[in-house]
Amino acid sequence: MDAMRVIEVKENVFASNVRTADGLRAKMHNEGTLLVNLMSSPGSGKTTLLSATIDALRSDTKIGIIEADVDSAVDAETVAAHGAKAVQVHTGGMCHLDAGMTDQGLAELGYEGLDLVFIENVGNLICPAEFDTGAAKKVMILSVPEGDDKPLKYPLMFEVSDLVLVSKIDTASVFDFDRQRFEANVRLRNPTAPILYLSARTGEGMDAWYQWLRSEVAAWKA
Amino acid sequence: MHELGIVFYAIDMVEDLGRENGLTKVSRVTMSIGEVSGVVNDYLTDCWGWACNRSDLMRGCELQIEQIDAVTVCNDCGRTYRTVEFGRTCPYCQSGNTVLLRGNEIEVKEIEAC
Repeated sequence: MDAMRVIEVKENVFASNVRTADGLRAKMHNEGTLLVNLMSSPGSGKTTLLSATIDALRSDTKIGIIEADVDSAVDAETVAAHGAKAVQVHTGGMCHLDAGMTDQGLAELGYEGLDLVFIENVGNLICPAEFDTGAAKKVMILSVPEGDDKPLKYPLMFEVSDLVLVSKIDTASVFDFDRQRFEANVRLRNPTAPILYLSARTGEGMDAWYQWLRSEVAAWKA
Repeated sequence: MHELGIVFYAIDMVEDLGRENGLTKVSRVTMSIGEVSGVVNDYLTDCWGWACNRSDLMRGCELQIEQIDAVTVCNDCGRTYRTVEFGRTCPYCQSGNTVLLRGNEIEVKEIEAC
């Protein structure tokens, strides 16, 4: 039997995922399709927000959705009913989507000719923040009932996001959510990401979100 | 299950190395895990044992975990301090303008193989 030897590696365990993600980003850039990774806790209103967004942008933006869940296809069926192309990806018990799974989802979806593809990531504020999916932009949604202290508890999620959405603002009167305190908590981890307040149910604040999406799609294609 | 994903990535990386170097057996993998990386070492070890048994190259391979202490630097007074003890607020000047220097690592450091 050969003698054992020690091989020095010193590599981040996610290095191969980052390489796959970079390749995916380049491919999507060539195609002119903006991939947006939507992350939040379960029940923050990702599917409701997406349904309203599809309705509002459908006339001038071709949209696809990759729904990632541990199991079931309820979300894909919901958004498909609003007229977007949608596929459901099952993560097989894992708490997040990685670049390899995203690539498979995109192949199944057929993203050619689409302007915008959303990944609705697994509902979780921890693991999805650590895995680069290959998306061009990361957006996190925090709903008012979850509370303004969440940036302190889940710092990485707020640190990696390009945009922070606060959803369900129509419920603000019954919850103790302080915008000033929330913004101070976000700024500790992320000095630059815009923070938008909205309600998909009443439509309040949704225009700023649509505007952000339109300008990001235009910038990606430029 | 966060640790399971990490274990799969680490094992994939070691298996790639095995192919590149013509290895037949890996007896030990040493990982560097930062104190505030969010990894629970016990869970990592449990997932490791289970996942290694699915591969000939890795079967019975020992996982050694080397912890890296977390250190934060204060941008206002320039001093460093232990992250776990003081969090985000600098204990010297009470500033909140601080950045994690190390302690976030999830790395494969080295392997022992033939």
